[in-house]
Amino acid sequence: MASAEEIARAADRKDIRDRWLLSAPALIIILVAATGPLLIVLVYSFLTSAAYGGVEWKFSPEAWVSVFLERDIFDDTLSLADANITIFWRSIKLALMTTVVTLALGFPTAYFMATRSEKTRDLWLFLITIPFWTNLLIRTFAVLQIIRNEGIINTLLMKAGIISAPIQILFTDTAILIGMAYVYLPLMVLPIYASMEKLDFRLVEAGYDLYASRWQVLRRIILPLVKPGVIAGSILVFIPAIGAYVTPSILGGGKNMMISNFIELQFGQAHNWPLGSALAITVMVIVMIALLVYVRNTGAASGERRG
Amino acid sequence: MPEKPDRNAIEVRGVRKVFGTGENAVAALATVSVSIRENEFFTLLGPSGCGKTTLLRLIAGFDYPSAGEILLYGDDIAPQPPFRRPVNTVFQSYALFPHMTVAENIGFGLEMLNKPKAEVKARVAEMLRLVRMEQLANRRTSQISGGQQQRVALARALAPQPKVLLLDEPLSALDYKLRKDMQIELKRLQGETGITFIFVTHDQEEALTMSDRIAVMSAGRILQVGAPRDIYDRPADRFVADFIGESNFLKGDVTGTDGGRATVKLSSGTEIRASLPEGFSPSGSVTVVVRPEHAQLAAADGGAALQGTVENVVYLGTDTHFHLRLDDGVPFIVRRQNARGGADSFAAGSRAGVVIGGDAAQVLRD
Repeated sequence: MASAEEIARAADRKDIRDRWLLSAPALIIILVAATGPLLIVLVYSFLTSAAYGGVEWKFSPEAWVSVFLERDIFDDTLSLADANITIFWRSIKLALMTTVVTLALGFPTAYFMATRSEKTRDLWLFLITIPFWTNLLIRTFAVLQIIRNEGIINTLLMKAGIISAPIQILFTDTAILIGMAYVYLPLMVLPIYASMEKLDFRLVEAGYDLYASRWQVLRRIILPLVKPGVIAGSILVFIPAIGAYVTPSILGGGKNMMISNFIELQFGQAHNWPLGSALAITVMVIVMIALLVYVRNTGAASGERRG
Repeated sequence: MPEKPDRNAIEVRGVRKVFGTGENAVAALATVSVSIRENEFFTLLGPSGCGKTTLLRLIAGFDYPSAGEILLYGDDIAPQPPFRRPVNTVFQSYALFPHMTVAENIGFGLEMLNKPKAEVKARVAEMLRLVRMEQLANRRTSQISGGQQQRVALARALAPQPKVLLLDEPLSALDYKLRKDMQIELKRLQGETGITFIFVTHDQEEALTMSDRIAVMSAGRILQVGAPRDIYDRPADRFVADFIGESNFLKGDVTGTDGGRATVKLSSGTEIRASLPEGFSPSGSVTVVVRPEHAQLAAADGGAALQGTVENVVYLGTDTHFHLRLDDGVPFIVRRQNARGGADSFAAGSRAGVVIGGDAAQVLRD
């Protein structure tokens, strides 16, 4: 006769098997749809480019060499590829700035929303999600209409006599920053709001009661408690921002490329699929490193308090 | 009990608080005035929604009065934000900071006052000792029990040495045994620190045991202020008499008054003597209150003030409650302390008389 222990163990085994079976569809999709293409990209990056797009099945490290370096066409010496590095730097810089700007705008917004009455809170939440209903392309063109030389901003400023000639915003890094901050703002607001909503505002009262000024209450009580939301929001904004394609291609005007535009160029006009693949993987690595550093730093900071 | 000095720590003058506007306006506090003496354990007692917490929040500064002033040692603090008032609060929910340790919680107020690090450290250690929590200084507040959280909340509020400590039903989340211990603990802390305590509760027993003086509140008004014994023995009106302890109410007509006492002719025809509330000289019909333990049972028809039938005898260990129906139909309860081996002299269904002693009855102001 089976002992109780054996029966329990058999039940455990069945449990584990059922769990695998239930998650199998999701695992297959992740494997095929996410890992598969990534592997193809990785393989392509080590192949030789064909003359009119596509790849030749011949190993070559050339693509990886030319991610950060360029080969002189006369004597084959290698030097740093300034153009590529500029594009990488611009992408990282703009993604970071977008994160900072959306945080600066999103935090007060989330605080405002979380401090409304329950009924009005839902309304504000609804309003925040409205931009998601509109196509990204159309929203980006809307921003373009506002900031172009004949747009609302310049027209108003000129009519008011503050400036005499239009300010060139369009086709600059500033234009890309404005566009991205606008597009990604909800992604910052929502996670911060989610943790702010859970915040016990009696703790805020306790802070005031214990002689903390408004600024001290924000820094010492509210911020530490909504930090998970701030981290989630920053990650949610930073990752798509560094890989943004539509916004920089419309508002940057092709001159101020970000990585995605540069990668697209390799697969299109430049007919250099291996380089495109190598660049794509480089971006992925940069994002992963940035995330690791960020998570480790913020994790360490909260661990210190616990000690 | 040590003599309490007569200086007022807090003076609430004509304070009114209205929430909402227009048709939705609700007066949580209807023009209240009260003085709280220095070094006093003062309790605001009343049922939920009576405005006691509102009054406490106005003193703390979390809300601002719609009218009136709140003086702290003579200075009007009503317009000041809470972080400028030398007043600290122990919250009902404790509101301990979950991202800080016990010691960090206690030191927070001093840190915000920019006290030197060494002083903060010394004071935190002193507070931990005062509430007997030395071993748990570096624990997270989520890792300690409810009673311990209560002590931390107290230590945190006492650490900056406030002029007045406000306590908003701080014991309501504790179980019975712990609550009893904390009542004694709170009295000890008040004695040791010499800080004026303003304590909010809906628990009459808590109020009677701990307070120097009690203010009984109902529907946004203060009905009576006095020492526990005053409130219990001489309730000013029907609400106070009903809310605190058990009461028997008798109807009657005043036939004469002299020196703070009245002769009342009860509806049964008997005349009794009853104390009058201060500055109140009624005529005509009044209500008289008699506490169940202030009346005695006597043999029926033996010249007792009231006559009736025993309907129910409830044995409670320390004492016995006799539920009577008086001859004019009014219910009346007499409580008698039990002696060991004593027999129930009045069984249910038997006739009995009720003796109301010379100082047992009190006329109500209503």
